[in-house]
Amino acid sequence: MCEHANNPPPTRRTFYGLIIQAIGAAIAAVIAVPAGMYLLMKPKSAAGEDLVEIANLSELAEGAPREIVYYRTRVDGWKRTREKATTWVVKTGQSNAIAFSPNCPHLGCIYHWEDDGEKFACPCHASAFSKEGKVVGGPAPRPLDRFASRVEGGKLLVSSQVLRG
Amino acid sequence: MLQGISAWLEDRTGLPSAVSKFLNEDIPASAGWHQVFGSVAMFAFLIQAATGFLLSLNYGATPAEAHASIRYIMTELTGGAMIRGLHHWGSSCMIVVVALHMIQVFLWGAYKKPREATWIVGCFLLLLTMAFGLTGYLLPWDNKAYWGTTVTTQIAGLAPVLGQYIKQLLGAERDVIGNTTFSRFYAAHVMLLPALTALLIGVHLYLVRRHGVTPTPADAEKPKKRFYPGQVFKDTLAAFAYTMVLVLFANFATLGLGSMADPTDTRYIPRPEWYFLFLFEMLKLFQGPLEVVGALILPNLAIVALILVPFLDRGRAIAVRKRTVAIAVVILSAIGWAGLTESAIATTPPSMEDPLAGLRPPQPWLHLPADQMAAIGYFQKDNCGRCHVLGRSVAGPDLSIAPSEKPAEWLLAHFARPEMIADSESPSTSTLNGAQQRNLATLVTKRNEDGLNTWANPPAKEIAGAMLYQARGCFACHTLNGVGAKNAPILNGLAARRTFDWVEKHFGDPPKFSPNSRMPAYKFTQEELDQITTYLMGIPK
Repeated sequence: MCEHANNPPPTRRTFYGLIIQAIGAAIAAVIAVPAGMYLLMKPKSAAGEDLVEIANLSELAEGAPREIVYYRTRVDGWKRTREKATTWVVKTGQSNAIAFSPNCPHLGCIYHWEDDGEKFACPCHASAFSKEGKVVGGPAPRPLDRFASRVEGGKLLVSSQVLRG
Repeated sequence: MLQGISAWLEDRTGLPSAVSKFLNEDIPASAGWHQVFGSVAMFAFLIQAATGFLLSLNYGATPAEAHASIRYIMTELTGGAMIRGLHHWGSSCMIVVVALHMIQVFLWGAYKKPREATWIVGCFLLLLTMAFGLTGYLLPWDNKAYWGTTVTTQIAGLAPVLGQYIKQLLGAERDVIGNTTFSRFYAAHVMLLPALTALLIGVHLYLVRRHGVTPTPADAEKPKKRFYPGQVFKDTLAAFAYTMVLVLFANFATLGLGSMADPTDTRYIPRPEWYFLFLFEMLKLFQGPLEVVGALILPNLAIVALILVPFLDRGRAIAVRKRTVAIAVVILSAIGWAGLTESAIATTPPSMEDPLAGLRPPQPWLHLPADQMAAIGYFQKDNCGRCHVLGRSVAGPDLSIAPSEKPAEWLLAHFARPEMIADSESPSTSTLNGAQQRNLATLVTKRNEDGLNTWANPPAKEIAGAMLYQARGCFACHTLNGVGAKNAPILNGLAARRTFDWVEKHFGDPPKFSPNSRMPAYKFTQEELDQITTYLMGIPK
């Protein structure tokens, strides 16, 4: 130690250390705060209601799940894309229907309806769901997810917004 | 607990003692503020790496996506403009800091034996920093990026013998830049250059540590001090100052985005980034067969000379104040650089382009033929939207999903008496004439993606202008967006040739404004004049 005559005494050294750490933290915050907002906050123009008419309720049989393929417009990052979409629709009454999201709530595989067993079956991990969407077998943690939907003038309108089952 | 972890780390990796050795390194008594630039340059690189990574998370790295994704980052994402600002201005600030570091080392003669290798590695780091600037310049894919890079690749093509091969490597062998050039610049910018820079920074730091911070002749008699905490404090404070400068730039300097790259935009005046302006200006001094001298030979000779500095100046180390030749070289270089840069700025005509043009939402109607644009107005005028809601089907089919496949006769009958075909509740009759109904039929059967995007959210004044354009039969002589006769000037790009006032007044008495004009006079109300002139002045080239 003695050959380093210019070295500050330990207290000064500690003080310097604290200041260095404080400045370092300030620099990190200057970058981290905008970065956090940039990564976590939603894009500014929130997507409006994007209902698409997909079926005439009168053409559906009550209680019989039916797959309907349709086109919708979706905001995908910096683009609006027109894409093919699919949903399993179950008519539950004269003017009521459920539109299930086609992905299994377990790990996102695409399931299908089996007439034989009267169930929605997921081919990946053998989850099974009733036509109300309830879990009747397999590892699925919750009932089937649904698309936000509404019936207007006898027609089923479906949004791309997914409601958790 | 902490001590346990520290002891384990020490035993298995030796990291704590390595950090301690690094921090307690002896440095000469003369070390001080003038040595912060090296640390700040490394810090600047880290900022660029962090902000660049953040940008890449929302960046579509192809010419088709790049421009739109940057607009998305700038206008849609919170903090996006700040992150891009830090990265953009950071590239300029990093060049400044690297240059200051180099000037300091040069003035102090810190490149002398045994530190020649440190200097040479530093020269390559300077070149890498410039390569970052050059490759990053293309990535926003606006006019500035496109034309700047076109010039760069052409300059590279001037190289004797190798020119064609270099252009081939840059994906510009046909003198046009596009997908391949873009991908190569992007790959270089985000993969090759960062890896090389990190590697060379490692080698540079190792060499700095191996030979130690350069002492001055007066340091011989003075006791040494330690790197930590005094110098670390100065370095940290300098990094903080650098960050503050960047934040000020990112917050207050205008960082725009030009219009998307347009290879046909003859009005655009390409200019390189400010730190390359001196090279750009030097090009003008050499013409004809000598062009290659200014474009490549002199810059490359300068690089070689820079690398050879330690071998050209082999004298003993002396105090900075006595290094008159070095001081003179720096001052003369600065004057030469500033003169060329100033002359480049002075000879640049003011840009016609709005620097913020690319940040506004795209306006697809600009590219729509007038008949389709007008038909959007007819659609509104006849209240077709009462049944045909765009974006969803209610009473009538959603015409935004797919064009109508009905035959023309069906459509015309439907337009005339909508309730005859659709089971409309309230009978209605069309207010449109035959030509207008035919235009509407074109819109619903043939309209392109542009038309679709415009349809949902049209600018009212321009649509009224297009309806006037159709009503007065302007298309019988003029062409606009590729549709119409060619008996009179094409109206695309009118704003570049005429003023708003000129166009507005011209309608009343064409021969008065262009003596050979065969155009008859048109009477418009003041509102109509404003509508049609606004419409025409907006149509791009």
